[in-house]
Amino acid sequence: MTIAHYACGSREHSSNRRRFLRQSLSGVASGGAIAGGLGSLAFGAAAEQLKSQDMRVVVFNMHGGLSQLESWDPKPGTKTGGPCRSIPTSVPGIHISDLLPYTAKQMHHLCLMRGVNTAEDDHGKGTYLMLTGRRQSAAAEYPQIGAVAARMLNDESRGLPGHIVVTPGGGGGKGNEAAYLGPKYSSISLGGSKPPPNTTKPEAITNESEARRHEMRRHLNQEFLSRRRTAITDAYTHSYEQALRLMDRKDVFDISKESVADQDRYGKHDFGRQCLMARRLLENGVSFVQVTHSNYDTHNENFIFHIEQLGEFDQSFATFVADLADRGLLEKTLVVVLSEFGRTPNINLYYGRDHWSKAWSVVMAGGKLARGAVFGKTNDEGTEVVDGQVDHGALFHTYLRAVGVDSSQSIAVDGRDLPIADPAAAPIWKVLT
Amino acid sequence: MSSVIDVTKTHVAYQWKHDRPLIACRMAPDGLQAASSSEDSSLQLWTVPSGEKKILAGHESWVHALCYSGDGQQLVSGGCDGRLIWWSVRGDAPSILRKIDAHVGWIRGVAISSDNTTLASVGNDKVVRLWSMATGEKICELSGHDRHIYSVLFHPDGTQLVTGDLLGKIHIWNLGDRKLERSIEATPLYAENKGQAAEFGGVRAMALNGQRSELIAGGTHKATNPFGAVHEPLVLRLNWSDGVLKKSHACDGITGGLVWRVQWLTDGTVVGVSGGSTGGILLFFNDTQEKEFHRFKLPSLARDMDIHVESNLVATAHYDNHLRISSMFAKA
Repeated sequence: MTIAHYACGSREHSSNRRRFLRQSLSGVASGGAIAGGLGSLAFGAAAEQLKSQDMRVVVFNMHGGLSQLESWDPKPGTKTGGPCRSIPTSVPGIHISDLLPYTAKQMHHLCLMRGVNTAEDDHGKGTYLMLTGRRQSAAAEYPQIGAVAARMLNDESRGLPGHIVVTPGGGGGKGNEAAYLGPKYSSISLGGSKPPPNTTKPEAITNESEARRHEMRRHLNQEFLSRRRTAITDAYTHSYEQALRLMDRKDVFDISKESVADQDRYGKHDFGRQCLMARRLLENGVSFVQVTHSNYDTHNENFIFHIEQLGEFDQSFATFVADLADRGLLEKTLVVVLSEFGRTPNINLYYGRDHWSKAWSVVMAGGKLARGAVFGKTNDEGTEVVDGQVDHGALFHTYLRAVGVDSSQSIAVDGRDLPIADPAAAPIWKVLT
Repeated sequence: MSSVIDVTKTHVAYQWKHDRPLIACRMAPDGLQAASSSEDSSLQLWTVPSGEKKILAGHESWVHALCYSGDGQQLVSGGCDGRLIWWSVRGDAPSILRKIDAHVGWIRGVAISSDNTTLASVGNDKVVRLWSMATGEKICELSGHDRHIYSVLFHPDGTQLVTGDLLGKIHIWNLGDRKLERSIEATPLYAENKGQAAEFGGVRAMALNGQRSELIAGGTHKATNPFGAVHEPLVLRLNWSDGVLKKSHACDGITGGLVWRVQWLTDGTVVGVSGGSTGGILLFFNDTQEKEFHRFKLPSLARDMDIHVESNLVATAHYDNHLRISSMFAKA
């Protein structure tokens, strides 16, 4: 292992120093016994053990705010129910919206969280808290679940990035997603189902020439790093090396290598291809994939837009879940379907629903989660949570626990232990097995 | 009840309140009854002008599609539950005559042929279906739309059926050989907003004039923010014979509106009802001006309209739970 020697007290510095110290204590099975009240992030044997479990996370981000009433928590026949109905699922007694007939057949794999209350109706802030498990504040930045998963779960020997975000146009993933974990754990963004750009070596450049170029780059880097090493320079170096490895493994991103039958099953639209891409990435060991499905911000004509959008989502998502289960991957993969918030039970003048974070739903599946379960309950008209209320903090802890990560751990940054999940929250133990 | 028409004198004559927001409405051919549907999934029958209300329960979801038979004895409703229901609507106790699971998903429009023999229904499953009015038996299915079908009408001579969809495609079906005869493009009514990954608009309403020379199609345009209800009402005036666009009727100052229904008056005036964030507005167009020559601001957002031509009354269904009957003539 290369030990960093930073010229400044950068964030990665103390972390790597501790890693060195920890690994020097060979034979210590657990990395959680460092001095201090909070156990620091697992390194060494524990980290290797965690990575050897080969767990993964996939998040479906229903951009704009999916209506819980047209999806996971329908209220047909009530004042707030709207025109959509509910249908039985593969689990007796559990009903979901009739807009999700394929997903209903996979209910025995899913865990519905119907009591989510995040008390945040702003798009940006809602996204932040759902992906980081913390409320946004000026005082601190927290890493998103993708960066944490990449840090905790990714096996770098595979030569693939640990944090990939798939959006329809390839945007997103440009913020400070990794926060104090460092840019190394920020996402690589894929546009639709296309491989990362510029991963094919120009024909005019020979292999020998390419090798010499990189040899020279490494030499110059080494010269520079011997005097001015920082977390940022390490991230640059990492990016170059990662890009090289990506070029070697670009076939991983090529869904045309999947069978025609599979491409048909997932649907010949962007989201279907993105789901197939997600399956392919997970099968190849990428630790975190986020797929964005857009758009659900339906202040106007909520119902016809949800019919359109969920009509696309349903078959692709259900196929994805069924495939993971059939291939034995669901045991090792946490699946999360989230939004920044839900939508109002009240139906407005334009057949729309507005932002509503007080009582909405998140769906999870796989990993160490209970299957075919519902946790939490809203009242008859869906306006309030009446049982099993949870928030973003509890969900974030639960995501980590579901893939075997001790969510009470901390990471040491600049001499301070920073909990990887909000210490004021706790996992939802009742849905964990 | 008939008086000399003067649309500039349009005023609300009656308003009757239900318990929940209304969705659709129709007036019976004799003008003595109106039907509406509501967000509680019921239908309401209103006696005109007394306002006496009867409730019809039978659908398991909202109803967007209503049509009276020519003799006014029956009402057919098409619901978001995919069901068609034939109702007997005269007498003291309205009743269900027939109930059919007709479509997968929402029914968006129904129409009855002028000879009262055939019912046409359209919906989100992209299929046009024809039914026997007398028996409810399915006559045939017509496929050819690529998106949800929003509107349907019979040509008065009974030889053709006209259907309009989300993409702004208007298909004209020959009812003799039951094949697609031709299509008309009403694409200004369709919007694809790539930023919101949304398709919006479509042919929400259609009507043929009495001379059968012009087809009008209503909906929306300038959908800069479909999710935020920012789109403006639009009515297209099309040649029936060749589908050429003769005139686009747009409106100033209505930044949130969609034409839910269009109809012709006997003097050639086109009436559209716009509902949206700008409110509920009756718009009156003629063939010489692009903008409306008159507009009547309704007290609340409207979602549907039906004109009883003989009496110059117009019924409107409103979000504020009211069915309103407006007179298109001067107050007495």
